[in-house]
Amino acid sequence: MTMPASEKGAEISRRDFLKSGAALASVTLAPGVTLMAFGGNASADGLKPGARWGLLIDAAKCPSDCSACVSACSAEQGWENNGLDTDPQWIRKVTLRDKKTGRENSLPVMCQHCDEPPCVDVCPTGASFKREDGIVLVNRHTCIGCRYCMMACPFKARSFVHEPVTNQKTISPRGMGTVEGCNLCVHKIDRGDGTTACVEACTATGHNAMMFGDLNDPESEIAKAVSTYASQELRADLGLNLGVRYQNI
Amino acid sequence: MIRRFISVLVMAALLVTPSYAEELLPDIPKATGEPHPEGNEYWRINHPTLLRHDRDLTVIDGIRDVNASLAQCVACHAVKGPDSAPVTYESPEYFCRVCHDFAAVQINCFECHKSVPDGAELTGLLPLSRQDEMATLQAYIDGAGQ
Repeated sequence: MTMPASEKGAEISRRDFLKSGAALASVTLAPGVTLMAFGGNASADGLKPGARWGLLIDAAKCPSDCSACVSACSAEQGWENNGLDTDPQWIRKVTLRDKKTGRENSLPVMCQHCDEPPCVDVCPTGASFKREDGIVLVNRHTCIGCRYCMMACPFKARSFVHEPVTNQKTISPRGMGTVEGCNLCVHKIDRGDGTTACVEACTATGHNAMMFGDLNDPESEIAKAVSTYASQELRADLGLNLGVRYQNI
Repeated sequence: MIRRFISVLVMAALLVTPSYAEELLPDIPKATGEPHPEGNEYWRINHPTLLRHDRDLTVIDGIRDVNASLAQCVACHAVKGPDSAPVTYESPEYFCRVCHDFAAVQINCFECHKSVPDGAELTGLLPLSRQDEMATLQAYIDGAGQ
């Protein structure tokens, strides 16, 4: 029996998928109805199983006149903010002021990569999702641009692309009619760089206010730091268990 | 169903005599790099399925070393314009558009994805086989700018 071309294609890609190391379990419920479960360790060249990528930001080391992280993100991911309300903003510098004492704090705020992300809860198409290693992303292939996630996010971390985009970065596709936000430099993580553009830039300026790492790996620098020194989440009252933590705010 | 119909249409068109074929069929631009081991016919028919499957692997599972990635397509199939820089999706000469315009099948990959290879600003200076020298050149230019 010769196989129709389209099924042959499916077979090849399925073989490629199995070759990638992902465990696949399937149960035939009835003729033609198959229950498939993807599980186990995703892949050797894919995401790190059991990881929880996060950032630790020391506001005391972050000067108010520095925005190296913001420019680095913009350059790495190819977004541009010219000050319009509708311009994308994956990361921004925020100034906090204690009304009683007048003490001011400057810190970068981006997607906090919640463990329980409200943006994922509200997404009608499943485009807003959390990767197994804790990175919260928008799958633009399924995003319909409804912007529910932007409403749900307590940190105003997502932007909507209003205008047609040209000359994107190959590593960071983005286009009109979809929502976007900090992806924790997922391409760099998958590549094994072990850092993000903002952290690299912060380190390069010598401020060393940002640290990137795997919060679930007790041997990592970030896990040791959060277990030794006091750090806090923004809006901890929401109980979202954020991947980004701050010190000295 | 429509896709299958188009495939049949293209296959049928291939069977006509060469003199007709030259007039009827789109002039598919040659790609650089190794030819597909599965053959061109296989890829012409199955590329949508392969790309759709692998995009989920990349976006959801973080597997970037996939068999069919759009960036790889663009890297090898890029068509150079008169200024010897790769043309973007805007141009009717673009490798996807040559067939897709012919078959009247609209794609929206390049609303988000970059349609020219990385470093395309400089590729006009070098053949694609010498792309690894691009980084050196870029570093030189960046250094000179400072």
